[in-house]
Amino acid sequence: MALQEKLTKTAALTGNEAAAQAMRQIHPDVVAAYPITPQTEIVQLYSTFVNDGIVHTEYVAVESEHSALSATIGAAAAGARSMTATSSNGLAYMWEMLYIAAGLRLPIVMPVVNRALSGPINIHCDHSDTMGARDAGWIQIYSENAQEMYDNLIQAVRIAENPDIMLPVMVTMDGFIISHGMENVELLPDRAVEEFIGEYRYPYALLDIENPRTIGPLTLQDFYFEHKRAQADAVVKAKTVILKVGEEYGQLTDRSYELIESYRMEDAEYALVVLGSTAGTAKYVIDELRQDGEKYGLVKIRVCRPFPAVRLGEVLSRVTAVGVMDRADSFSGEGGPIFAEVRAALYGVSHRPHCINYIYGLGGRDIGPDLIRSAALDIKSLKDGSESDSLVRYLGVRE
Amino acid sequence: MALPDLAKKPVRFIGGHRACAGCGFPITIKIILQAAENPVIVGCATGCMEVTSTIYPYTSWECSFIHSAFENVAATVSGIEAAYTSLKRQGRIDKDITFIAFGGDGGTYDIGLQALSGALERGHKMVYVCYDNQGYMNTGIQRSSATPRGANTTTSPAGKKVPGKQQYPKDLTAIVAAHGIPYAAQSSMSHWNDLYRKAKKAFAADGPAFLNVLSTCRLGWGTAPEDTVDVADGAVQSRLWPLYEIEKGKWKLSLKPRRHYPVEKWMSMQGRFRHLFNPQKNETFIEEIQSQVDAKWEELVRRCSAET
Repeated sequence: MALQEKLTKTAALTGNEAAAQAMRQIHPDVVAAYPITPQTEIVQLYSTFVNDGIVHTEYVAVESEHSALSATIGAAAAGARSMTATSSNGLAYMWEMLYIAAGLRLPIVMPVVNRALSGPINIHCDHSDTMGARDAGWIQIYSENAQEMYDNLIQAVRIAENPDIMLPVMVTMDGFIISHGMENVELLPDRAVEEFIGEYRYPYALLDIENPRTIGPLTLQDFYFEHKRAQADAVVKAKTVILKVGEEYGQLTDRSYELIESYRMEDAEYALVVLGSTAGTAKYVIDELRQDGEKYGLVKIRVCRPFPAVRLGEVLSRVTAVGVMDRADSFSGEGGPIFAEVRAALYGVSHRPHCINYIYGLGGRDIGPDLIRSAALDIKSLKDGSESDSLVRYLGVRE
Repeated sequence: MALPDLAKKPVRFIGGHRACAGCGFPITIKIILQAAENPVIVGCATGCMEVTSTIYPYTSWECSFIHSAFENVAATVSGIEAAYTSLKRQGRIDKDITFIAFGGDGGTYDIGLQALSGALERGHKMVYVCYDNQGYMNTGIQRSSATPRGANTTTSPAGKKVPGKQQYPKDLTAIVAAHGIPYAAQSSMSHWNDLYRKAKKAFAADGPAFLNVLSTCRLGWGTAPEDTVDVADGAVQSRLWPLYEIEKGKWKLSLKPRRHYPVEKWMSMQGRFRHLFNPQKNETFIEEIQSQVDAKWEELVRRCSAET
């Protein structure tokens, strides 16, 4: 065994490169993909692995994202470990097939590089793409940095393919901010990943021709509901599986993962809730505020589907006020999607904190420490005030 | 192949499905599946074929079958074929398997054209079968780009000002042939031997193959169940639906109707053209259709003879 196969190594990689390396180590049998900025680099790198003979994957260079996921569905149902990747409008174009992949209970893993949805067209980061797909039946894991993207992708395979779960998983990272930013990423040896994920076993493989099965039948009033109930049950069970896989991954790497990450929350009076790369900047702001003697903490939502409502209730019930940062608007007229769900999670807690929404960073609008700090200080004003003021505030936008 | 021998072949599409009495596609599927020597995996676009044959928990398919959506059967089967190629290369599977995609004309001429074109261009070894019943029959008889000019459908109704569909159908077989795939053919469920022979050739092709098969929809066409085969035959005899094949780029006519069979005769058999005959005959419109059919036929004959 070559030295690099035995040892964990650290490499300077962009998020896209880290994702491509994770995919190389996952070594799917089939990858079907279509280019879209800022995801393109992942599948570009992967096709290099294919044409250089590094992987045995069959690479299907499809003519659209709809076909990318359709072919991935076909391949996964055939009995092959299958992946695709996308961003933004590409994910929107897959929309129909997202629900079908989940409804057919196919354990597909898909990196999604977050990018604002058109229109107007924009290639930079926000979460409007994956937030729009949050109810499609996929497990959603958000990554703070390239390392997490790498780690989450490997764990996603185990989560998706767990016999009690059998659901597709999308693992996201922020477009350009993470996908094109270079960081030190610790890579596991190929063999370790192979052992961690195990073999792909789909129990109803189409290629098992001795046991022919009809997949995707017409299911009417008499059975559709039972299928959906079973699917909902699998999503609930996924919480336990995600924790177990995160813990096992921690034993392998010293980086264990939970549904959420609490940062300096022990005695916090105020908290920010964020997803993705903004968590990194927000942690820096929390540290600064702590130095100033302000009791701030941060909650990063790592797993958005299933939604960690109970965990959020536990950690946030101790604070006075919460600022929920949404990198997408829901156009409900009531703020962003994460805000609505965090508020719902707080409804059942005995000590209900004030909760306010900050919509920020749409279309890649920069979010620096100053803006996060201003939001953090803003929530403090809720302490004695009522919630009659607007609960939805926009950060860093010309009004 | 003699008919009694065909009857002895294993049937992979079995009875109990809910297709209408006199429906054309079960005949089409049965003959095509009987021509396959290897085990088959079938993908199916949303449409009558899928909804009548897979009502959970029942199935008419005695082979592996998948349906995922309407416009993507070519892409879905691409993925299955890719999985097969990958696993075979890895030595994890050794059998020879045939891959078939079925779609109606709505799922093939219209909404599925992009996925079909992509799959053909990529060269997946699959046989794509369009069972062309000339309209969106599953949703209640709407016009598609395969619907013939003059037909009364629910979205091209025979109105007071506009007598049914105005456009001529898209020439899908020629579009497919332009991809340069090893085998493409037009056949009809009325000609079982032609269909069987072409299915054999399609399965043997070294790459993607395509069959465009006319399949009567008795509800959409307004014909009696017992006339299903005759009315499809009428389309062939009138030269509106010529039988031909394109093998490695070579065009070949499969059947040259001996007698003159006016398109009018074929149209008059079907309720969807009734408004062109009653209360009075729309001579100009029918003549125009006849001359278009003649022109297309002559173009096809020229194409075929130029190749020989």
